[in-house]
Amino acid sequence: MKVSMTVNGARQEHEIEPRLLLVHYLRDVVGLTGTNIGCDTSSCGACTVLVGGESVKSCTMLAAQADGAEITTIEGLASDGSLHPMQEAFREKHALQCGYCTPGMVMAAVSLLDEHPNPTEAEVREGLEGNLCRCTGYHNIVQAVLHAASSGSAAAPVSAP
Amino acid sequence: MTAVEAAPGSAGAAGGGVIGQRMRRREDPALLTGEARYIADLAVPGALHAAVVRSPMAHARITSIDVEAARSMPGVVAVFTGEDLQAEWAGPLPCGWPVTPDMKAPAHLPLAVGTVNYAGDGVAVVLARSEYEATDAAEAVVVDYDPLPVVVDIEDAASDRVVIHEDLGTNKSYTWELSPDREAVDRAFSEAAHTVSCRYVQQRLIPSPMEPRGVLVVPQPFGGHFTVYSATQIPHILKVMLALTSGVPETNLRVVAPAVGGGFGCKLNVYAEEVLALALARKLRQPVRWVEKRTEHSSATIQGRGQVQHIELAADADGRVTAVRVRLLADMGAYLQLVTPGVPLLGAFLYTGVYDVPAYDFSCTAVFTNKTPTDAYRGAGRPEATYAIERTMDALAAEMGVDPAEIRRRNFIAPDKFPYNSVAGLVYDSGNYEGALDRCLDMAGYQELRAEQERRRQSGDTRQIGLGLSSYFEMCGLAPSRVLASLNYTAGGWEAATVRILPTGKVQVVTGTSPHGQGHETSWSMIVADRLGVSPDDVDVLHSDTAVAPYGLDTYGSRSLAVGGTAVYLATERVIDKAKKIAAHQLEAAEDDLEFAGSQFSVKGSPDRAMPLAAVAFEAFTAHNLPDGLEPNLEASSHFDPTNFTFPFGTHLAVVEVDTETGGVRLLRYAAVDDCGNQINPLIVEGQVHGGIVQGAAQALWEEAVYDHEGNLVSASLMDYLVPSAAEVPSFETDTTVTPSPSNPMGVKGVGEAGTIGAAPAVINAVVDALKPYGVTNIEMPATPQRIWQTIKEAEQMESGK
Repeated sequence: MKVSMTVNGARQEHEIEPRLLLVHYLRDVVGLTGTNIGCDTSSCGACTVLVGGESVKSCTMLAAQADGAEITTIEGLASDGSLHPMQEAFREKHALQCGYCTPGMVMAAVSLLDEHPNPTEAEVREGLEGNLCRCTGYHNIVQAVLHAASSGSAAAPVSAP
Repeated sequence: MTAVEAAPGSAGAAGGGVIGQRMRRREDPALLTGEARYIADLAVPGALHAAVVRSPMAHARITSIDVEAARSMPGVVAVFTGEDLQAEWAGPLPCGWPVTPDMKAPAHLPLAVGTVNYAGDGVAVVLARSEYEATDAAEAVVVDYDPLPVVVDIEDAASDRVVIHEDLGTNKSYTWELSPDREAVDRAFSEAAHTVSCRYVQQRLIPSPMEPRGVLVVPQPFGGHFTVYSATQIPHILKVMLALTSGVPETNLRVVAPAVGGGFGCKLNVYAEEVLALALARKLRQPVRWVEKRTEHSSATIQGRGQVQHIELAADADGRVTAVRVRLLADMGAYLQLVTPGVPLLGAFLYTGVYDVPAYDFSCTAVFTNKTPTDAYRGAGRPEATYAIERTMDALAAEMGVDPAEIRRRNFIAPDKFPYNSVAGLVYDSGNYEGALDRCLDMAGYQELRAEQERRRQSGDTRQIGLGLSSYFEMCGLAPSRVLASLNYTAGGWEAATVRILPTGKVQVVTGTSPHGQGHETSWSMIVADRLGVSPDDVDVLHSDTAVAPYGLDTYGSRSLAVGGTAVYLATERVIDKAKKIAAHQLEAAEDDLEFAGSQFSVKGSPDRAMPLAAVAFEAFTAHNLPDGLEPNLEASSHFDPTNFTFPFGTHLAVVEVDTETGGVRLLRYAAVDDCGNQINPLIVEGQVHGGIVQGAAQALWEEAVYDHEGNLVSASLMDYLVPSAAEVPSFETDTTVTPSPSNPMGVKGVGEAGTIGAAPAVINAVVDALKPYGVTNIEMPATPQRIWQTIKEAEQMESGK
């Protein structure tokens, strides 16, 4: 079957198997490997992307279901060679170690601040519950999201269609 | 940071002021933008995808394997059974640590032949053009099994009721003892005023780095060379082992660890799939890729812990410990992986903890079970030892009715006793254990917390709080090669580094460590920049590729800084020495009259007679005017073999709230004071501590590889295996004390495992403390709500039955 969607602002159109997951479409067909796969039960959130501005675990969705959608992956977050404020906050607060959960965690955090621009620590923790990290113990991730919120410029940069 | 002790010989104070800075990591931009390439991201045209067909039975004879249907599936290129590939192996999967001369080890091939010994044992492999096609075809392979009796429980295994490996005649792999003076121990127990005897179960854990494993083998054109990309912690060790198991000459192998998404010990191994991918790439002359699925990870990758611990303490009337006796049963699983048998030994020396104990008796018996092999998982033996002693110190405190902090104070090794010769035969390098305890209690407000606990107890609050202490230490910086020899380990413990100053003045560092989240590029550049007086941005760090860094023993056991970082430091010193010879020649001065500061050599007392390091590097490159006999180029190497382990330490305090009506437990606060000696980058140190704490707390409260009586892993997915999220844990209160190690020139110790080692006993001590009014003295890990609730109910029944 044929799908078309906008990924990081670029139009994509491909012939695909109907059963192809969105995450495999993004990685193997479009060639954007920044979105990582960490599990097979939609538990870990490593593959989180924005679909129409909202965070979605891209393993929970068929590429076919994203037909016509506007997708933002981690590769679409930085612009003109400068990191997005959430990426900056993660770096500033040492909110990543091995980096494998990071693309998904950053996308989930961007979406979280889009919905709750001034979250409490508890709201950040609840809001990121669907994204697992094995390295950081979450301490610095929470600090980074609160830091990004206080700087006020880290909400989702993408306009929903 | 609290300076408990001055830092003699510290590189930080005398250097360029880079060491000790909270420098942001240079690794981050690639990881934050998705540009980093993990194993699954590497695109190689024509690579075949491998899927392994795994046994669903824990113990069975394979009666037939029918691969015909799979072979005819779309995209399938080949299907092989274990039997088909027997001629491919030059040797079995390696175990590098035969701990005793008579240790029993079963044959272990990359694919099982004849018999499977755990659920997850590979029996066949499918190669197809795509991952989807390979997965589909693997499901079409039909295997018939004849079930055999299954041994799941460690104590059952030790009884030899059912022998798993018939040819070995027993399930016991080895018994290893460390008993310097058993009579002294017996005497101490017979004369003791107090004794405590405890049994603890170290449940099995699934390591669960966020990136599962994976391997990609690419045959190089002409001549039988292969490049092996693997999500591994140990590219160097893997290269040697692949040569031995596959028969490919070591010179024909290049092993590369690309970006690796965490390891925690489980990528410190040589796995069936790595050997299999190499053999298949050789056989088919095509690139072969295998990427582990998460559910597959749970059984195909080693698991951690898996011990039953019996520990006894003898103490005098004041509560001073006079002897420790330990009997361990350790679960090896179905086979011995790379260092499976050695894991209990890494803890064997630590069961007397941070305490001045005069008599010690340790014995460990290792047994096979029909489960995934165990091996190193964050801390590897040391968390288990620390758990046993720290839980038992609390038991002694409870027995005597003294505060857990007080019982520790009475037993700590005093700061003036270092270097301390332990009864187990180690020499502890340096320590100030009471300093860390005091700092932790102050920071957390221990007395106020005790008062709050008392208020809740008095008012009969249904939400009780508990305080749990753990004064841990660990043996890091693996390892002095001669000590490894005495433990029958088959490799050394050195580490290698090369430092080059290039013609343009830029600096290249080659390290034998293989980071997978630890930030070595940042830290090593800081060490070199500090010594050379250049910007860390001008120092590039190369690693994790055996063609670029031919020497190394990789990253595990909190060894990288204390051993690998020291090699970097020493190589830098040697580069400076060589540069000084050139500068002296150029400046027409004696070497002794030169000083090196701010990246410049100058003649003492004549600062205008100076030569920048970059200019020296260019002279070394052109070689137009070098001193007679001096070779061109500015490069030096170090192969550093440590003379002792390092011994980081600290005190952690966990505060939990237990809902006595539901058994629900919440980690309210967590305070940690760690001492890893001098710190290169405190930002990275804190990150290691944070992550370690959650992994330790996760063992205490949430994680367990659960097997049913038939040997099925029933917690195989992240739906069932509870890796904690941000919502389960609090923010942490951390601080450090600094007691430099005298064993290396930078005075560093290592911090990768500290949090994990400290946390599990602290959290369980807190849970037990919360339930003290119910007469509860122990609760097994993980302390789930159900287990806590049951424990409370049983305690209440005991009470009402009195």
